[in-house]
Amino acid sequence: MSSPKRIGKIKFGLLSPKEYRKMSVTKVITADTYDDDGFPIEMGLMDPRLGVIDPGLRCKTCAQRAGECPGHFGHIELAAPVIHVGFAKIIRKILRATCRRCGHLLLDEIQKHEFLLKMHELKDKNYSTDEIVKNVIKEARKSTTCPYCAEQQKEIKYEKPTRYVEDSHKLMPADIRDRFERIPDGDIELLGLDATNVRPEWMILTVLPVPPVTTRPSITLENGQRSEDDLTHKLVDIIRINQRFQENREAGAPQLIIEDLWELLQYHVTTFLDNEVSGVPPARHRSGRPLKTLSQRLKGKDGRFRGSLSGKRVNFSARTVISPDPNLSVNEVGVPETIAREMTVPIIVTPRNVGELKEYIERGPLNHPGANYIKRLDGRRVKITEKSGAEIAETLENGWVVERQLKDGDIVLFNRQPSLHRMSIMAHRVKVMPFKTFRLNPAVCPPYNADFDGDEMNLHVPQTEEARAEARILMQVEENILSPRFGGPIIGGIHDHISGLFLLTQKGTKFTKNEVYELLKKCDVEKPLPEPAVVEGGVSYYSGKQVFSQILPERLNLTLKAKKCVMHGVCLKTDCEIDAYVKIDAGNLICGIIDEKSIGAFSGAILDGIIREYTDTGFQEASRFLDNATKLAIRSIMTFGFSFGIDDEDVSPQAQLEIEEIIEKAEERVGALINAYEVGELESMPGRTLNETLEMKIMQELGRARDKAGEIAGKNLGFAGELALDNSAVVMAVSGARGSMLNLTQMAGSVGQQSVRGERIRRGYYDRTLPHFRKGDLGADARGFVRSSYKKGLTPTEFFFHAIGGREGLVDTAVRTSQSGYLQRRLINALQDLEVEYDGTVRAGDKVVQFVYGEDGIDPTKSDYGKSVNVHRIAQSVIEKRENG
Amino acid sequence: MDLQETIKALKLPLNVKNDLFAELSPLQLSDDEIDEILETTKKVYERSRVEPCEAVGTIAAQSIGEPGTQMTMRTFHYAGVADINVTLGLPRLIEIVDARKVPDTPMMTIYLDVESATDRDKALQLAWEIEGTHVSDIADILADTDEMQIYLEFDDRALQQRKVDLDAVVTKLETLQDVDVRVDGSNIVLIPSVKRYRALLQIVEKAKAMVVKGIDDIKRVVVRKEREEYVLYTEGSSLKKVMVLEHIDATRTKTNNINEMAEVFGIEAARNSIIEEAMDTLREQGLTVDVRHIMLVADMMTLDGEVKQIGRHGIAGEKTSVLSRAAFEVTVNHLLDAAIRGETDELVGVTENVIVGQPILLGTGDVRLIARTGRE
Repeated sequence: MSSPKRIGKIKFGLLSPKEYRKMSVTKVITADTYDDDGFPIEMGLMDPRLGVIDPGLRCKTCAQRAGECPGHFGHIELAAPVIHVGFAKIIRKILRATCRRCGHLLLDEIQKHEFLLKMHELKDKNYSTDEIVKNVIKEARKSTTCPYCAEQQKEIKYEKPTRYVEDSHKLMPADIRDRFERIPDGDIELLGLDATNVRPEWMILTVLPVPPVTTRPSITLENGQRSEDDLTHKLVDIIRINQRFQENREAGAPQLIIEDLWELLQYHVTTFLDNEVSGVPPARHRSGRPLKTLSQRLKGKDGRFRGSLSGKRVNFSARTVISPDPNLSVNEVGVPETIAREMTVPIIVTPRNVGELKEYIERGPLNHPGANYIKRLDGRRVKITEKSGAEIAETLENGWVVERQLKDGDIVLFNRQPSLHRMSIMAHRVKVMPFKTFRLNPAVCPPYNADFDGDEMNLHVPQTEEARAEARILMQVEENILSPRFGGPIIGGIHDHISGLFLLTQKGTKFTKNEVYELLKKCDVEKPLPEPAVVEGGVSYYSGKQVFSQILPERLNLTLKAKKCVMHGVCLKTDCEIDAYVKIDAGNLICGIIDEKSIGAFSGAILDGIIREYTDTGFQEASRFLDNATKLAIRSIMTFGFSFGIDDEDVSPQAQLEIEEIIEKAEERVGALINAYEVGELESMPGRTLNETLEMKIMQELGRARDKAGEIAGKNLGFAGELALDNSAVVMAVSGARGSMLNLTQMAGSVGQQSVRGERIRRGYYDRTLPHFRKGDLGADARGFVRSSYKKGLTPTEFFFHAIGGREGLVDTAVRTSQSGYLQRRLINALQDLEVEYDGTVRAGDKVVQFVYGEDGIDPTKSDYGKSVNVHRIAQSVIEKRENG
Repeated sequence: MDLQETIKALKLPLNVKNDLFAELSPLQLSDDEIDEILETTKKVYERSRVEPCEAVGTIAAQSIGEPGTQMTMRTFHYAGVADINVTLGLPRLIEIVDARKVPDTPMMTIYLDVESATDRDKALQLAWEIEGTHVSDIADILADTDEMQIYLEFDDRALQQRKVDLDAVVTKLETLQDVDVRVDGSNIVLIPSVKRYRALLQIVEKAKAMVVKGIDDIKRVVVRKEREEYVLYTEGSSLKKVMVLEHIDATRTKTNNINEMAEVFGIEAARNSIIEEAMDTLREQGLTVDVRHIMLVADMMTLDGEVKQIGRHGIAGEKTSVLSRAAFEVTVNHLLDAAIRGETDELVGVTENVIVGQPILLGTGDVRLIARTGRE
């Protein structure tokens, strides 16, 4: 590949009418496009010199084909000058600041000199000179007579969008242009214009450039009719009016008619440039749709800048639905064969790979690891077909490029939108599989924020060796286990992985040797089996903890507190009664139950530990552990069996009664509160009105009632105390796999108060929420308290209130996504140019933002949850070494 | 050598040195062991350094933006600190990076100096001194349209509680124009000189809004005991007026209004305030984000010595690159302005290079290697 030229810089400026004419290939004089035979008319809007869009034809200017010819500008000679709307405000400023007769800036030489000095000082320092220009204009407007020609100045009124009135006299664009022509070059800089490249009169158009046809291609409809682009339509209008204007003027039409036509020409040119100027009715298509003219093409999300230039489209990409496969490595992605057959990787033929590549070519495009195209040295691309395969393989030469189909082990980029952080695009290795979905290990769902309810994801195949190297070294999943957001693992077990290992590592689990082998069958384990934990009746049994230890790396030492730790007084450590103290010693799980804290995404301490312990191979070890853990977890949860049903929420009739009673009592207390409020005995809390006090107290009371109901339900279901491991909901909530105490409460106890904006539900009818209640009823049930549980079912009114509360949640999410999306866009835009330099400073361009990144030069990804160095851990390991001799 | 000296001589950042000293000084360690610990620490530190060319800005923006999707929208929340309403969650975060002149819910945290910090009475007294007491807080105001008079019926309990002197109220009320003030026991009667209905109502409004004691902007003060000392939390903010009061620890007293912090304490304080407020907001939502990311945002916002917004009217709008600005917001205007000013885009930033279709000058795109072909 040749190294492309680099664009050094881009200069912006105004073009003079002279330059417009110089770069124009033709003057456009007729408003017609094609003649009756369908050929473009010379000097018309579709003049063949303006470029080609029809395939097969050659451009009359550059002799290139459609697609190669960039198009060429033409021009329209305007019969009278018109104002460029974009510059209307600047024109006003200049009009007011310059003399109406001699064009001088209305400041004396001394003032000018002073301003100029200040301006240059700022320019040297690369600061904005806007403020000075503002002052110049302000000062200049103050003078009533010109210091140079002593002309009395008149007030100039500006009427949006392109009318200037002096002394109740309309200033014609021609007059303005004349005035601007008289402004001396020396005054231009002070007016905020670029003195070397810009003349103010150029802001008033005398020549209109006609954009090349390639920027406004016409499309041929099915019935053979041509449909022109919006810009062409607008240009047609301009030419027509321009002609009429000219004819009328030559015929000596009255001034009134001339002025009308002038204004019409101004209107068309204005809408050609910008069709959304306030005060100007937008030009419309025959169907009533406003035309999309120049400004509209650039503006907004789908405009040229944000839509086409900043967001580019790519080839070699695929998209389909995703589904889980725990048997894949986290580093892999399952690609359907149909997709693999379509996507290719270019391989250059060398003596070393020629044999392999010939095989691909011979297999052709239809048998999977085949090839689709070859590219010869002369640049010709040849499609490989079932028939031509063998023939092409014969003639294969070194230096040709074979576009080989995607096969196992290829590196690809995998992405799920919205791409909120860099872990939204990671590199995976291909694993070609049957069926039609992309498959991924569920442990990589958290960084993508993916689930399998119909999510789709994109896949991209890097086409150069550099891109593949970068993808492998920087973007592979295992390189991204640690999140730069907080320096902890973001990839880890979810749902069943956690439940599975939680059940496996419970106290008292035992497996025979065969069962252990069955569990570990799919795992990549090198460790020999340890001594069995128990021998009963001549049969040796291994504990679940021993099984789990098999997949732990040998050098891992770790202690942590499991999720169910209750933090009672002094920690008993290894003697913990509820087995919540997790201790891993040299890769053996001594005690403790594995749960979310150990292997979960966002918190997995084991992954974190592995990466920190194995300084060189940490990521590989971590991903190996993850692969093994997912396989082991799935196998173990399958041996235990795990399902969830409505009877998991069954509470005993006695507990049911207790719950009823609690809610009953709470409602009574609410009644008492309302009573006290109504008779005026309620004391208001400091800083709150009586009403607010009552509402707060009621909310508190009802909240407490729900929690108590939940407690009873929880106790009854085996959430507290002795865990009910046969209750899936409890297992999931305690292990952190899914759900929480609150979910259990709502399912088995009571759903509780529904709220809108943090208050009880008030809206609805006058003085009441629903016609089922009395006016002014403040009671719990009338204001959205749902006493039933989800299992028991909601009454009609409760159901309605629940829907109100639920709706708020939906609205909230909808609003939030747009708001946080905009916040992120702004943040990215403000910070994207920042970079750490080789000297450790953070700079944006040449501005130093930080002298040492983050005050200590530490990469948050490599930090220990934000701490630069975990001194404690280092000291402890040294001490431990001493103690162990 | 002395442990402190040894640590001080190391080439490590200050926070690591402090950690080291705090960790090692209570331990009885041999010199060899200390050496080992120090060596490992140095090694770990070197390993954890940021790599040159890292696009730290983008990472920071993503690290703050991504959790934004998980934050709640609910504006009001009975905050953990006292029962003062504070804007939280996403709206607060947006408010911080927007550098609003006045936040939605201004709030101050006032600390007391050493001698008064543990004194509950002094804290309460100060609270009453600060809290803006309006006439309407201590009196019922009745307008009598028959007599064209206004009756102020004072609530004795409120007067006592707020330690307001009736005479002070009278002097305050006497500053009202065209009004005759008469004291009638514990009540006050206002007699306007102009007997017109509208004038009467205007005076009622004026009287209601009159501040008889405390600071106008501060609507409420809550005293709370935190660890060993009493801290005042205020609804509403007026740093300048509070700073001059006695018994106040001016070194710790702060407000959640970043612009006010910048104005009173200077730009560095504003920077720290941005970091603190943003971290608190994220923490309250249970989201962990590394401080370094927020520091970068704060540094960017305060770089030029004034608090600048992240967005069109701040950093993004003041970029030197025309293309970058055009790609952000108000595309056409930026292009037109660039044209008449004759601006040049040097193509150094990210967006510009993406637009013209060449590699960006960040990360791997910033490393230019030339392969030496052939051996010498």
